[in-house]
Amino acid sequence: MTKPLPKEYYKQLEEIQTADFVVMELMLYLDTHPTDQQAIGQYNQFSQYSKQLKRAFESQFGPLQQGSLNPSQTDWAWSESPWPWQV
Amino acid sequence: MWTYEKKLQYPVKVSTCNPTLAKYLMEQYGGADGELAAALRYMNQRYTIPGKVIGLLNDIATEEFAHLEMIATMIYKLTKDATPQQLRDAGLAEHYVSHDSALFYNNAAGVPFTAAYIQAKGDPIADLYEDIAAEEKARATYQWIIDMSDDPDLNDSLRFLREREVVHSQRFREAVEILKDERDQKKVF
Amino acid sequence: MKSQQPFTSAKSYVPPHSPFDPCPPIGRKYYSTPPNLYLGFQPSDLPQFSPADALRKGTLWKVFYDYYDNPYRKGAGKSRD
Repeated sequence: MTKPLPKEYYKQLEEIQTADFVVMELMLYLDTHPTDQQAIGQYNQFSQYSKQLKRAFESQFGPLQQGSLNPSQTDWAWSESPWPWQV
Repeated sequence: MWTYEKKLQYPVKVSTCNPTLAKYLMEQYGGADGELAAALRYMNQRYTIPGKVIGLLNDIATEEFAHLEMIATMIYKLTKDATPQQLRDAGLAEHYVSHDSALFYNNAAGVPFTAAYIQAKGDPIADLYEDIAAEEKARATYQWIIDMSDDPDLNDSLRFLREREVVHSQRFREAVEILKDERDQKKVF
Repeated sequence: MKSQQPFTSAKSYVPPHSPFDPCPPIGRKYYSTPPNLYLGFQPSDLPQFSPADALRKGTLWKVFYDYYDNPYRKGAGKSRD
């Protein structure tokens, strides 16, 4: 048995999924409404918020994105944290 | 190019060990109206569509790949600990003898995926109407799977995916409106 | 679906049943007519769900929300929220 992930992992992950969902929805909306300034403002706001959340998540649970900084000098963290279908 | 994020678009939870549901879900994995077909269809059409709607095809295609990963996660979770006997009882004996519990791009009846599922006519209106139809067909498929499933957690994820088809269909309908718009058009005939 | 919508998101019909059809009649057949069929080009400033609700429901805009449940099961068709 692999050791269970802390509750905090799922909580923070869902916060990221929530922010990224708003970003994705606004992205599709803006693809057909490219001059809606309010939507552009909201898009930028959530895009920035998502980046903050990901930075906080990565500092605790390891890299989330390809190209994220590797926190250790000696161990390759990317392949250590679980894959999405394993959690 | 694409970069990968180590997360699903929406949390996938499965509450019952029921490999039969995995068999049904294969319709959305390697079926004619499944997520793979959707992703490949839009990704391929974007090269030959007016610039005003390339972004939409690109972005919906990208989201479809995230849905494919969700479906794969459901199938994986529903079959990973199943014994050969359980898979046989679930109607997956034929799958097992060829693939063990590996995922494979075939539909619920075991028919392998084919590029013939994907349409690309090169005519923007024909292709967008095709895409609208594809979204409605995927929505209907999710409904039929929900009708067959009594796993509340799985149905929660399936309802999310069904709702996304509704939104995608809306955006494709808007894309048609954009392309048929008369403003700024010089008469061509 | 919120009841103030000017449309319903499901319809039904009764398929014909002959005395020589082997199964008892199913009664009504149901089909979805989701909000995207009615809205047209989405206007700006439509009411949104909170971000957490948007993820749960699969849409940021309330107008598109269309809860689905097996219509052939007893007690089906009611949203849990």
